[in-house]
Amino acid sequence: MTIAPLIQAGVLDSPILELGWLDIALAAGLILMAAGLSRWQGVGLTKAVMIGAVRAVLQLVLVGYVLIYIFQLDKWYLVLAALLVMLGMATREAVARQVKRSAVLTGIVGGAMLVGSVLTLIYVSAVVRMEPWYNPRYLIPLFGMIAGNAMNAAALAAERLVSEIDARRGEIEAYLALGATPAFATREAVRRAIRASMIPMVNSLTVVGVVALPGMMTGQILAGVSPLTAVRYQILVMFMLMAAVAVTGTLVTLQFRKTFFTPADQLQ
Amino acid sequence: MAAFTLSDVCRNFDGIEILDHLSLEIPERQFTAVIGPSGSGKTSLLRLLNRLDEPTGGTIHYLGQPVAGFPVRQLRARVGFVFQTPVMFSGTVRDNLTVASGIAGIQEGNGDQRMRESLRLAEVSPDLLDRDAARLSVGQKQRVCIARTLMTGPETLLLDEPTASLDPETADKLVRTIAQLSGLNGVTIVSATHRLAEAKRMSSYVVMLDGGSLVEAGPTAEIFERSEHPRIRSFLESVT
Repeated sequence: MTIAPLIQAGVLDSPILELGWLDIALAAGLILMAAGLSRWQGVGLTKAVMIGAVRAVLQLVLVGYVLIYIFQLDKWYLVLAALLVMLGMATREAVARQVKRSAVLTGIVGGAMLVGSVLTLIYVSAVVRMEPWYNPRYLIPLFGMIAGNAMNAAALAAERLVSEIDARRGEIEAYLALGATPAFATREAVRRAIRASMIPMVNSLTVVGVVALPGMMTGQILAGVSPLTAVRYQILVMFMLMAAVAVTGTLVTLQFRKTFFTPADQLQ
Repeated sequence: MAAFTLSDVCRNFDGIEILDHLSLEIPERQFTAVIGPSGSGKTSLLRLLNRLDEPTGGTIHYLGQPVAGFPVRQLRARVGFVFQTPVMFSGTVRDNLTVASGIAGIQEGNGDQRMRESLRLAEVSPDLLDRDAARLSVGQKQRVCIARTLMTGPETLLLDEPTASLDPETADKLVRTIAQLSGLNGVTIVSATHRLAEAKRMSSYVVMLDGGSLVEAGPTAEIFERSEHPRIRSFLESVT
């Protein structure tokens, strides 16, 4: 669907409302408002809000230039390198949130996110018939969304599994003492960890369009894309994210569970 | 024949020596009481026998074979473990027993028969079968734990202070049940306890630990009546 009829009908006045740097500087007033509220109530986040805003501006501007560069060069290896950097950063962030950090956990989270992201991305690439297969205009933003959500799923799964196994130590050892496998003994802890990793995405699916308009869809509409096209993309994105979250959360939980046991099925 | 033979067994945790070069034998088809003050290593010893933990040194043999030589799940099905605090799995008493029979790989037709037998041996009323396990009294839970462990058909039962949280009357009844398992059914019992009167009355063999070391081991009558070991005498005097 094109937007021309909508423009003619006056539904959309113009395809894009251009934002200049002066507009952005004026928008910074919103940050000052948030920082001011924090200071007024002694929340202790004034500095964090200001630093966060500066970081967001710098990071986004830098990413904008990097994306322009990658789009212009249009090389598959540059696209893959960008995806790997994003994956590495997401892995680091997911592991940094854990109380029990280790090189093994980093490997598990990175591997699970890689499998979850790549599988989903291949599926989506086939659905949208991406040409060429590495088209950075599609691949990078889609991967960014996948990595962000997979990161949350991985962090939630690992965190929940640790707390479930700690809380269920007696029950797990009672199963092991009967001769059960570690997989059987921890099935309830595993179930709860996977569930915890999937719940935020399931909630998003439930309320999308009703309580919240997702950022990508809002962005597309603001950029002049027909709402129906934006909606179709958003549906695709939500399905893609649900799959990536489920695969990543499940893989992290199942692989991480193994690290709690010795080869003689003893809970460490 | 000895059920368990420990040779120079050590268990170290976070740099602390919990069991210190233990060498002893635990007889087969008898009721062995493991006694000693808190922190003497009773629980740690039992956990090694079921391979819930690994010794940091020495060797443990079960019926003449190294425990590490058994497939670990088979060993645990043969050497059952009842914990100090009864842990109920979710669901009814029947669910708890069914889970154990599933783990042991008992055919569905034989499961009911094994269930009846386990309930009888642990003296659990069949009326409790469809009750929510979490809502039972502590004494009932401990008996269900014993019945659940019996579902795997163990030759040996390790009990870690099974009467610790029970009132004296309930504890006495439970210990009699456990003693019957050994006396009438030929199950090897190894029970950690701090109740000396209980150990003296019910057990036929005693192992005394202190500070992770073996103080003395032998037939109950000998240990309680004839031992001249100063640590045994002082322990016995402190609790009688």
